[in-house]
Amino acid sequence: MGFTKGKGQRESGAVFIWLTGAGLAASLVMIVGIVVLVATRGLVVFWPHELVELTLKDGKKYVVDEISREKIPPSPESPTPGERLQVRLGNRDLYGLDFRWIPQSEIASRSVPPDAVLVERQEYGPFQGFLAGIERADGKNVGPDDPGRFAILHELVKSARARAAAIRKIEQGAIGGVSYRLEKIRVASRELERKDPTKGPATQAKIGFYEKQIAQLQAEYETLRGNAEALAAENEKDKVTLADGNGTAKTSPVSTIVRFFRPNQLGFFGKLRTYLSRLWEFISGQPRESNTEGGVFPAIFGTVMMVILMSAAVMPFGVIAALYLREYARQGALVRTVRIAVNNLAGVPSIVFGVFGLGFFVYLTGGAIDQLFYSARLPDPTFKTGGILWASLTLALLTVPVVIVATEESLAAVPRGAREGSYALGATKWQTISRVVLPAALPGILTGLILAMARGAGEVAPLMITGVVKLAPELPFDGNFPFFHLERKFMHLGFQIYDVGFQSPNVEAAKPMVYITALLLLVVVVALNLTAILVRERLRRKLRSATF
Amino acid sequence: METMAPSSPEGIATRRPETGVPGQAHFGAGAPDSAAAATGRIVMDVQHLNLFYGEKQALYDISIAFPEKKVTALIGPSGCGKSTLLRCLNRMNDIIDGVRIEGKVLFDGEDIFAPRVDVTELRKRFGMVFQKSNPFPKSIYENVIYGPRIHGVRDKATLDEACERSLRDAALWDEVKDRLDESGLSLSGGQMQRLCIARAIAVRPEVVLMDEPCSALDPIATSKIEELIFDLKKDYTIIIVTHNMQQAARVSEFTAFFMLGRMAEHDRTKKIFTNPGQKVTEDYITGRFG
Repeated sequence: MGFTKGKGQRESGAVFIWLTGAGLAASLVMIVGIVVLVATRGLVVFWPHELVELTLKDGKKYVVDEISREKIPPSPESPTPGERLQVRLGNRDLYGLDFRWIPQSEIASRSVPPDAVLVERQEYGPFQGFLAGIERADGKNVGPDDPGRFAILHELVKSARARAAAIRKIEQGAIGGVSYRLEKIRVASRELERKDPTKGPATQAKIGFYEKQIAQLQAEYETLRGNAEALAAENEKDKVTLADGNGTAKTSPVSTIVRFFRPNQLGFFGKLRTYLSRLWEFISGQPRESNTEGGVFPAIFGTVMMVILMSAAVMPFGVIAALYLREYARQGALVRTVRIAVNNLAGVPSIVFGVFGLGFFVYLTGGAIDQLFYSARLPDPTFKTGGILWASLTLALLTVPVVIVATEESLAAVPRGAREGSYALGATKWQTISRVVLPAALPGILTGLILAMARGAGEVAPLMITGVVKLAPELPFDGNFPFFHLERKFMHLGFQIYDVGFQSPNVEAAKPMVYITALLLLVVVVALNLTAILVRERLRRKLRSATF
Repeated sequence: METMAPSSPEGIATRRPETGVPGQAHFGAGAPDSAAAATGRIVMDVQHLNLFYGEKQALYDISIAFPEKKVTALIGPSGCGKSTLLRCLNRMNDIIDGVRIEGKVLFDGEDIFAPRVDVTELRKRFGMVFQKSNPFPKSIYENVIYGPRIHGVRDKATLDEACERSLRDAALWDEVKDRLDESGLSLSGGQMQRLCIARAIAVRPEVVLMDEPCSALDPIATSKIEELIFDLKKDYTIIIVTHNMQQAARVSEFTAFFMLGRMAEHDRTKKIFTNPGQKVTEDYITGRFG
């Protein structure tokens, strides 16, 4: 009565405030939960762990990295509950397996040897053990007890890595360029022969010219090859001998070592340096060991390039469609139907888009392009096979409803007064749209693009059949004209997660890579979105107050 | 309201001012010549205009003439059709679906509804100011020269000159001359409306149409705009829709009073406000309704 409280809870709405708050809290918890899980698991992947020497009751010794511990429930064979330890053995070339469960009852003793060394190698994963000696090319061999042996090995690894980098540069840069040109000339000459099967004098002359060029390039190729081989031979000369806990020795060239360190001797900053070095290799390096080690740079590159290509395709497409729907089409049953259909497209499973992309873009469009422009290379397909262009276009198709809906909304939100002001000055419809309506709607259109990018960057299924591969030999962008090679297959972080996590033979080794790759994908998506958001804010500020 | 409904079947719009005091100047379609004789050249002449929104008729047989370089105020209660009439004059009703118009509007003697009329060309000869100021999301400079620009003027000097002249005419130049490249949306309400006026007169129109230009402004901004209207009528024919009776009395030479889609009375402003020919006009002006 009067001003006194006492209305029911339902009328006051308090219940609904709590309900809406709880709804928001629940979604926040889920989002934060997944980010925290991925971040905590992902960020610790490269932190160096202590190496422990375990002596088992049968006398065998292993230098291991303790991963986890779990209780063994009592069973008929062993009635007392025990514990078992999951360890990384490393040394896959010696033991055949990387990870192993060891029952606590089998362990006789545990120690932390200060000189235990972890060697990351090009092949067979890490070696965990001790440095047993170095054979140097100049004969100045180093024994297992030499106090300077780690420093010497460090220098040797450094120069071997430098040579390896030089070899890679020759192989991928110079030799890649030469083979690219060779291929082009071969195709051109084949094209010529196809056009003029009788081989008239003009054709003959041209073919002769081509052959000369080919010979020249071949010679260039041989020289480069020779240089690379000389460097490779040089790299075989220094050898290192490593021994595991039992003293089994393994000798291999220093050049097989990627990085080595003594984790038990590292202080915090030493570990941090190792961590950063591994993280940098992950971000900037090439993958090794079927993607379970090394870097994911090609995948980052592929993801970013694909999202940019997709945006370039989806923006004009979606905006033009929305412009017609909102500004030009007569609003009626037909337009309403089209609008509903467009909205429902967003609900079509993405793999269906993938299948459509494969059929329409790859086989039909790609096939036609090959027939028209690349017939000399047939039957080898150029565009009639998955590639970054087709994958991007498929994703553009998948995300176009988002852009259309967002653009329509923002066009509808442009005040009527602005349009009328323009018409009243004698502007035509197109002048009004292009000079007043579109600039005012641009921030809203960019919101649509941001949503589309977020959706597209995380999509994997349609890519798997339109151009993503586990390991792409070349990036879709390089120094060879025309620089962008849109027909090439590419690597993608989302597919990398699936591939490493679920298709890898070495599941335990792959697990941490899944987390860090997922984290990286998140970071890439956030970075792309932030860029778009910054552009949008700039535009908004311009529209509101600042200079235009 | 009921008592004020017209009793004659033709409606009140057909009742001419001449039914009032004899010897007064005549207005409207029936007497363009006498109006011209008394007030100067007739720029726009509306003849028997009927307008329908779909099935609903909004204007009934409107006939009114607008003399050159004079201010004509259109007053009347909300929904009486005065804005609709104003929007007929430069065919702004074209962009609304389902509008049907009968009758003629002569502009310099030509019917603006004739099929061969290019609407955008027609609108270029008008400047229009709206109730809610509507600067474009562009700089002040770009706002003012929007008209000349879309009409194909490229020359920077011409555009600069048009910008300065229009802003001076709109009494805004001194306030914005140092920040022409700031957004038009960064101005105050009154400044925005004057910017819109500057934009409207940048194309050197023949007629300026104002649709309640001060209804969203405070008294100070309103008085500025009124002063501006006073200055502008030296060069332009102005037709202004207003809800503010005092404003109509202050700024206009002629006033037309509208009721329920019909023109009830059209005469010199002085006469309308001192000695209206219609009872309904008097009731409205003295605030007995509306």
